[in-house]
Amino acid sequence: MTGPDARPLLEVAGVSVRFGALVALNQVSLGICGGEILAIIGPNGAGKTTLLNAISGFYHPYEGRIVFDGKDRTHLKPPDVAALGIARTFQNVALFKGMSVLDNLMTGRLLKMKGSFLLEALYWGPARRQELEHRAFVEHIIDFLEIQAIRKTAAGRLPYGLQKRVELGRALAAEPELLLLDEPMAGMNVEEKEDMCRFILDVNGEFGTTIALIEHDMGVVMDISDRVAVLDYGRKIADGAPEQVRKDPAVRDAYLGVSHD
Amino acid sequence: MDPQALEPDRDTFPRLVRHNAEHRGHKVAIREKDYGIWQSYTWREYFAEARLIALGLAALGFTRGDKTAIIGDNRPQLYWTVMASQALGGVPVPIYQDSIEKETQYIIDHAEVRFAVVEDQEQVDKLLHIKAQCPYLEHIIYDDPRGMRGYSEPFLMGLAELQELGKKFEVGHPTYFDDELARGKPDDVAIICYTSGTTGVPKGAMLSHRNLIVTARNAAEFEGLQSDEQILSYLPMAWVGDHIFSYAQSIVTGFAINCPESAATVLHDLKEIGPTYFFAPPRIWENILTNVMVRLEDCAWPKRKLVHFFLELAQDIERARLNRQPVPAWRRLLYPLGRLFVYGPLRDNLGMRRIRRAYTAGEAIGPEIFVFFRALGVNVKQIYGMTEASVFITVQKNGDVRLDTAGTPIPGVELRISPEGEVLYRSPGVFLGYYKNPEATRQTVEDGWVHSGDAGIVGHDGDLRIIDRAKDVGRLADGTLFAPKYLENKLKFSQYIKEAVCIGQGRPFVTALINIDLAAGGNWAERRNIAYTSYTDLSQKPEVYDLIHQEVERVNRSLAEDEALRGARIRRFLILHKELDPDDEEITRTRKVRRGYIAQKYAALIEALYGDREHVEVEAKVTYEDGRTGTIRADVRIRDVAVPGDSVSP
Repeated sequence: MTGPDARPLLEVAGVSVRFGALVALNQVSLGICGGEILAIIGPNGAGKTTLLNAISGFYHPYEGRIVFDGKDRTHLKPPDVAALGIARTFQNVALFKGMSVLDNLMTGRLLKMKGSFLLEALYWGPARRQELEHRAFVEHIIDFLEIQAIRKTAAGRLPYGLQKRVELGRALAAEPELLLLDEPMAGMNVEEKEDMCRFILDVNGEFGTTIALIEHDMGVVMDISDRVAVLDYGRKIADGAPEQVRKDPAVRDAYLGVSHD
Repeated sequence: MDPQALEPDRDTFPRLVRHNAEHRGHKVAIREKDYGIWQSYTWREYFAEARLIALGLAALGFTRGDKTAIIGDNRPQLYWTVMASQALGGVPVPIYQDSIEKETQYIIDHAEVRFAVVEDQEQVDKLLHIKAQCPYLEHIIYDDPRGMRGYSEPFLMGLAELQELGKKFEVGHPTYFDDELARGKPDDVAIICYTSGTTGVPKGAMLSHRNLIVTARNAAEFEGLQSDEQILSYLPMAWVGDHIFSYAQSIVTGFAINCPESAATVLHDLKEIGPTYFFAPPRIWENILTNVMVRLEDCAWPKRKLVHFFLELAQDIERARLNRQPVPAWRRLLYPLGRLFVYGPLRDNLGMRRIRRAYTAGEAIGPEIFVFFRALGVNVKQIYGMTEASVFITVQKNGDVRLDTAGTPIPGVELRISPEGEVLYRSPGVFLGYYKNPEATRQTVEDGWVHSGDAGIVGHDGDLRIIDRAKDVGRLADGTLFAPKYLENKLKFSQYIKEAVCIGQGRPFVTALINIDLAAGGNWAERRNIAYTSYTDLSQKPEVYDLIHQEVERVNRSLAEDEALRGARIRRFLILHKELDPDDEEITRTRKVRRGYIAQKYAALIEALYGDREHVEVEAKVTYEDGRTGTIRADVRIRDVAVPGDSVSP
C-alpha cells in the first residue's frame, strides 16, 4: 500500500468564494497530501461542492490561493486544470447518455490526443496509432472496473450505480494525479457501495492516485479515508484522522447531530 | 486396432500436449478475451506455460500424488495448471468457483489438497477464511494480482511469480520436468471431480488418463470432430463436462477453446467466436430463447409478424420431422425464404451460424425450446452422461434425433436395464472409484457395471429414454405410479415456472411446490401493470396464481392422455415464497432438486398441502454467498386444481 507522503500535492490557502452577498467558502485552508484519500464532509450547504468546484476551476476564489504541485493556479479554467492532472466526477452523473460506455471513456483521453483534424477524420497514420494506444489504455480501465459486459451499451440505458462507475472510469482515463469525487456513492444500494469502495481503494492503491471525495455515508468515510476534513457554513471546523474527527465535539454538533453528554 | 489401446507417446494428457506442441505447435490451442481483444496461445505456448507452472510447483515442493485445487472462471492459466499438476504426477481437483466456504473447505480437506491455484482475490479471501480448518493446504497461488497488494501471508504467491520460480528451479534441475513427465502412466488418476450429489456429501470421482482419453476419442470419432473445431469454454471447470469438452477433447483432437471475458459477456462472446461445437444445459438454451422472444416483442409489428410467421413455419416442419410425419410441400417451399429472412440472420446474431453439433444434457429440455433451435437449423442433440462414465454414455445420432430420447450408446459403451428398471452401463470411461470412499464405490459399481441411479427404458430402436431418478419413482397411497421428475419437467417447460417439486410418495394425491421465473414472471406482471416489490411479493399475487394454475392444468391435460399416469395429476399446488437456491442446499450447483432436504425444510408447507387450509404462514432461512444467514417470512397461499373425470377429491 502506498501511504500518503508529507508533501502537499494540493494546497488551498485561505480561499473564499462568494455568490453575491452569500459567502459559500470563508477562508478555507486545506492541504491534500500525495497518495492520500481525503474525505470532505459537512451538512448540506456547507460548501463541499463549492470547494471542489473551486479546485477544478469552475469557480474562481474571491480571495486566497490554490497551489497544485508547487505552482500557483488559482485562476485557471477547467480544461487547463484537467490538463494539469486533476479529474473529477459529478454529484449528478454527467455522462454523454447517447454514447456507448467505451466512447464515454475515450472522451476522458481527449486531452491526451494530439494530431490534426484531417488525419483524425481519415483515421490514418499517426492518428490511427494514437487511437489504438488510447483504446488499449481505456480497455485496462474497463477491465479494472469490471464493466466488460457493458462496453458497447449506451450510457443512458445503464442503471444509476453503473453510470457512477462509468463516470469514475472516464475520470481515470485522464490519468489524473488528483481525483475529485463528488458523492460517488449517493443513491447506491449496499452492494454497489461496497463495490465502489473497493474501486476507490484499488485506484488509490494500484495507481497511487490522490483522492478527495465528498461523502455522506459516515460508515464509508470512516472505512476508506486516511483523513477527514469537516466544513460547516463555509468554514473548516475540523481536519484529522477519522477517529479523531468522529470524537470532535464541534463536528458532532455541526454534522452528526449527536447530543454529547 | 484395439480401441482402448493408446500410443506410448500419447497416453497421458501432458504427453498429448507435448505431442500437439511438436506436431501442430503454431496452431491456436486456447484463446481468452482480455482487454477487449481475443488473445491467442498456440499449443507450443500452452506446453511451455504449463511447464513453467509445473517447475514452479516443483520448486515449492510438489511431489507425486499431491492434489491441486483449481478454483476460478475458465482461464487459460487454470487449464495450464491442470496439465502442470498432471505432469508432476499430481491430481488436479477443480472446485466450483461459486461454492460457499463450507463446501470448498469440505473438498479441500477431504481431497487433502496441498496446493490451491485460484483466479483472483475473491477466491484467495475465501481460502484464507478456511485455511485454519484445512490442515493439508500449504500454498495458495493466484492468477490475477488485482487487489492483492495488501496481503503479506508468506504462503501466497502470484502465478507469474511461481513461473519465475520455475525458471530458477530449472537451472538447477534441467531434466526434472521431462523425468517426471516420463514417469506418468495412463492408469494414474488424472482428475478428481467432486459430484454435487443430490443426497449427502459430495463424492470425489477419480478418472484416469485412460478413462478420459479413450472416451474423448471415441466420442470425437462418433461425432466426426475435426482439429478445426472452435468451442466456447464457459461452463464451470469443476464440472466434468467442461473437463471433457475444454480439456480432454481439445487435447485429444487438437481443437481450440475460447475463454470468455467474464461470466456476464458469455452470450456476446459466443457471437464473436461462432463456435462449431457447443454445449449448454437446458437453462442456457432457455435463456437464449427468452432473450430472443423479449427482444422480438420490442420490434415494430411488421417485423414481428414476419418473424413469428416464419418461426411458426419452421417449428411446424421440425415437429413433423421429429415425429417422422410428412411435411406438406408448400411448407417445404417456403422454408428457404424463411432461411433468407429470419433463420440465417437470427442464427448469425446468436453466434450459432457455424455450429455443426450442439448438445443439451443434465436435465430434460423443454420440447418447444428443443424444437425452436432445431427449427432454426442448429443441430442440437440430447446426450446422456455422468461423471462416473467420463461423461459420454449415449448421444443422439445425426439425422436420428427425437424429442424424448437420449440417443444410443457411443462406441465402447454397453447398456442394460436392471430388473428394477435402473440404467446400468459399462465402458472404458468408467471411473476408478470414489476417492477415500470404497463403500460408495462398492455400492455404485458391480462387476464393472455402474448403477446410474436413473430409471430408464431402451426402446426397440435402441434409443435410451430416461424417466426419473430410480429411487424417486414411487407410488401414491393407492398404488398409482408416480414419477415426480417427469411431472416437474413438464411443469418447468412453462416459461413462467423455474423450479418445481412434486410430492406424492405414499400420499393420497399429487401436490406441487412451484418456483416462478422472476424474469419471465416479472415481465408478464409489468405488461399487465401488476406492481410488485420482490420475488416474495410477486409470487403471492392472485394473478400469478391464476397464471400458474393454467400451466398446472395444461400439465394435467397431457397426463390425462396417458393411461398409466392419469392418476398422478396434480390436485393442489403452492408457489414458494423464495427461490430454491444452492446456497441454501435446496438444489445442487447443477440445479438438481434435493428432495429429502426440501421435504424436511418445508414440512409445514407440505402438511398444509394435504390439509384443508387455504394459506399457511412460513419462515425460511436464507444463506447469502458470504455465509451470513437471514430469514424470510411470508403468508403462502394454496390453490386447488380441479381434476375432471375423477371421483376422488382432495
